[in-house]
Amino acid sequence: MTITDITADAPSPHGANENGGTLLEVRDLHVEFHTRDGVAKAVNGVNYSVAAGETLAVLGESGSGKSVTAQAIMGILDMPPGRIPQGEILFRGQDMLKMGKEERRLIRGQKIAMIFQDALSSLNPVLSVGYQLGEMFRVHQGLSKKGAKAKSIELMERVRIPAAKERVNDYPHQFSGGMRQRIMIAMALALEPDLIIADEPTTALDVTVQAQVMDLLAELQREYNMGLILITHDLGVVADVADKIAVMYAGRIVETAPVRELYKRPSHPYTRGLLDSIPRLDQKGQELYAIKGLPPNLTRIPSGCAFNPRCPVAQDVCRTDTPVLHQVTEADGAALPGRGSACHFWKETIHG
Amino acid sequence: MPETLKDTETTKDGTAAVPGPTAATMAASTKPEKARSLWSDAWHDLRRNPLFVASAILITILVVMAAFPQLFTGADPRYADLANHYLQKPNWSHVFKEDWFGYDVQGRSIYARVIHGARNSILVALVVTALVTVIGTATGMIAGYFGGLIDTLLSRVTDIFFAVPFTLGAMVVLTSFEERSVWVVILALAFLGWTQIARVARGSVLTIKQADYVMAAKALGASTSRILLRHILPNAIAPVIVVATISLGGYIGSEATLSFLGIGLAEPAVSWGVDISSGQEQLRNAAFVLIIPSIMVSITVLAFIMLGDAVRNALDPKLR
Amino acid sequence: MAEPRKSGEAVDATPNVTEVDVVDAGSESASVAAIEAPVERGEPILQVRNLVKHFPLTQGILFKRQVGAVKAVDGISFDLYQGETLGIVGESGCGKSTVAKLLMMLETATAGEVFFKGQDITKLSGRALKAVRRNIQMVFQDPYTSLNPRMTVGDIIGETFDIHPDSAPKGERRRKVQELLDVVGLNPEYINRYPHQFSGGQRQRIGIARGLALNPEIIICDEPVSALDVSVQAQVINLMEKLQDEFNLSYIFIAHDLSIVRHISDRVGVMYLGKMAEIGTDTQIYDHPTHPYTQALLSAVPVPDPDAREGRERIILSGDVPSPANPPSGCRFRTRCWKAQDRCATDVPLLAIPERFKGSDSQAAHESACHFAEEKDVVHAA
Repeated sequence: MTITDITADAPSPHGANENGGTLLEVRDLHVEFHTRDGVAKAVNGVNYSVAAGETLAVLGESGSGKSVTAQAIMGILDMPPGRIPQGEILFRGQDMLKMGKEERRLIRGQKIAMIFQDALSSLNPVLSVGYQLGEMFRVHQGLSKKGAKAKSIELMERVRIPAAKERVNDYPHQFSGGMRQRIMIAMALALEPDLIIADEPTTALDVTVQAQVMDLLAELQREYNMGLILITHDLGVVADVADKIAVMYAGRIVETAPVRELYKRPSHPYTRGLLDSIPRLDQKGQELYAIKGLPPNLTRIPSGCAFNPRCPVAQDVCRTDTPVLHQVTEADGAALPGRGSACHFWKETIHG
Repeated sequence: MPETLKDTETTKDGTAAVPGPTAATMAASTKPEKARSLWSDAWHDLRRNPLFVASAILITILVVMAAFPQLFTGADPRYADLANHYLQKPNWSHVFKEDWFGYDVQGRSIYARVIHGARNSILVALVVTALVTVIGTATGMIAGYFGGLIDTLLSRVTDIFFAVPFTLGAMVVLTSFEERSVWVVILALAFLGWTQIARVARGSVLTIKQADYVMAAKALGASTSRILLRHILPNAIAPVIVVATISLGGYIGSEATLSFLGIGLAEPAVSWGVDISSGQEQLRNAAFVLIIPSIMVSITVLAFIMLGDAVRNALDPKLR
Repeated sequence: MAEPRKSGEAVDATPNVTEVDVVDAGSESASVAAIEAPVERGEPILQVRNLVKHFPLTQGILFKRQVGAVKAVDGISFDLYQGETLGIVGESGCGKSTVAKLLMMLETATAGEVFFKGQDITKLSGRALKAVRRNIQMVFQDPYTSLNPRMTVGDIIGETFDIHPDSAPKGERRRKVQELLDVVGLNPEYINRYPHQFSGGQRQRIGIARGLALNPEIIICDEPVSALDVSVQAQVINLMEKLQDEFNLSYIFIAHDLSIVRHISDRVGVMYLGKMAEIGTDTQIYDHPTHPYTQALLSAVPVPDPDAREGRERIILSGDVPSPANPPSGCRFRTRCWKAQDRCATDVPLLAIPERFKGSDSQAAHESACHFAEEKDVVHAA
């Protein structure tokens, strides 16, 4: 995994299939929404890639553009008011933004599947769970009703829903939150996609159920050797399952790092602030560190580094120059693979 | 797509741009901004909606016509001169003149009658809508907020009224009056018309009363009347206003229908319905006697329905 | 005035709860006087005894008959001491939010008592009830729905003075609202703005200002930061801690985020299916838990530190929380518990210091409702 030096003016020099396994690559993606208050710039030049069997966590707060990027990949963005003025989304080297509607539809569901936060509203309440699962097989693989039902039961067992045979004809509201999320996972898995995008898959669940669902997701990913993009705001959930992390702020990636490195040595003040502002479970702390201020208004993103009004180390240059994603190195200049920081003062941040 | 919504949410937030934990920095860096409520947002939308502008202009003209018919014509709508009987066809070039639309069977100026007829139609529509809104909102709010037995009782009463066919019901009520002034017509329409508003208001209140801010007011120890008037009513009223605006047009139609059927207003009252009714006798010889007041009714109903549509678009929470 | 149940008589009460000092209140003004009287720091200010809330399940359209009940809260007892923060944690459906509503008198308790300075507030009415309401305030979870969108910030906070007119003279009110805005870190000039012009964190500050307006002694916080972004959560938590010191407040802090609860709480109660599973100081609960549910809950918390994570034991519970309409017999946790034995299905475990730890000065000696209570550290890396 190499880090692409990501700047708006210098697009990624790497080819799509560099690792042989790169499934999806997002290049310089921009998304904006036209609202009555002006143009909200939700995504401002995002670059990331996922390989088969790899988990990329996209971490960010509300309004950071993490979900909008995912919606752009899935092609489920509301357009208008949404618009993609520039960028590429390469799936196995092919730009999905240039594909026809039909071609994209075939990729969606069969090759790339999505799991949403709210399983209850993502499932149709008037159709039985078995029918909704089986629909995937009937539509995409032309199976008979009976065959589809057998497949649904098999899938439900796969995601470890107890008594799948008896429950296949139940309706979504008859399942608990955790079970519904399992059904969503089963649906996403139905056609054995190459890539799964999970948008806050456990946010609505209780802690004890959260752990079950995340474990299941990780296990299935290994089994099918799928790529997984995990979108979340929860630094704890990420720490558990991700291989690499991209931290987003105001529609840009501000830091990328392998998961362990990020927690050990953050190289962007925003990431550092986030980590410091979380209270610890294993000891009683003093006053929490709080990032001052509020996330920016997307119609009026501050000039220079978008984080500058909230940043404790901001200098004049931060208000004028937009930082590119710098390759992060050790103090002696040795490159740290996979690490990037969009901060003018990344050296000071990581090496003190 | 919750993220998309959140994004726009942030966008709406005028203060997010230059925040700061201390009041001083906030005051220094945030430029003053006008307070924006749902109503001002709606007004902002409305002003840019050509549908609204067109209907608002039409309605303004109609209301002025109803209030000050003298501004439009000096002719007396009741002055009958058989010399100008109905065979005198409209004189299209005599714009705004007494004989512009010709004369009816008794030789009265159709132009003057159409102008003066607006008053009764508009009066009926506005007063009935006002009455219906008040009765319906009160009933719906009480039923929705208190629930239980009160709700069951009020909802059944609403259902019973709702089950009565509107025109038939109005006919029955009106025929029981000997003298049918415009107020009698208004009372009859309001008596039967409040149910739809009551239902809308009840549904709206049922949702609003679950809101945390209602809970918060209760936790502060607010009285029931304060909760109803300050918290529930202002938040539940938007759908009621939409329904009421749309039904305005409907009441104009109803008044015309009842007058046409001879059980609404009657001569010597001047009304579009009355004129349509009397015009039908000479349909073959002088269709314009019937057509001109009919066009007035259609334009007015259309204007109010367009207004209602525009208001709904501006107030519908799903669209914002 | 009803005599509060002594600990011995209670079916499921905490045996070591001291008897509540009931103020002999013959008249309403006596009650009011008792409510206004100050409480020493560290003395109990709120005492909950065997609180029960069952929501009836009915069937039939015209003639409704009760076919069961959702046992949202099923016999809960705890004390809140003046100046402390009591955290209440638990998963959805454990009844923690219902407890908040019961304490706020937004719901009527099916049984049990809540003593505020010795007055059973579940039986108060009129002037005395209003006096209690002034003293117990609430901060809500969702800053987007807890503020009336049709009212300006000034009206939202100022309404508290309209409802309790003697709390601030009319001419003073606007100034007081501006003071409150300043106290919670908002620009006092924002007084004429509407809630939608603020971000989530700022709205929660408005909600806190409303809660503070009447100078209450207790604030019940129902998931006050769970709807906020991570970077804003810390701001609000710090603000709440600052206000607690400044205004000498006692907090009941209800949340599902165990890290935040540890940070802010002096004592913590763990709820499961309408019952208190374990209660103690934050060190007792987090570093020396003895109830299997607490242990499972703590071990499941995703920790933002992959290294610490690996050394920790993880207990992954099977299944979901059973329905509170039909809770398991005996110990409610037994259906998901790896330690469950026959006894757990028949005997309801009492919330008490476990026999084996009695008299010990170990941190494990705190109240835990388990027949097989046993200390197990799941938070620290082995």
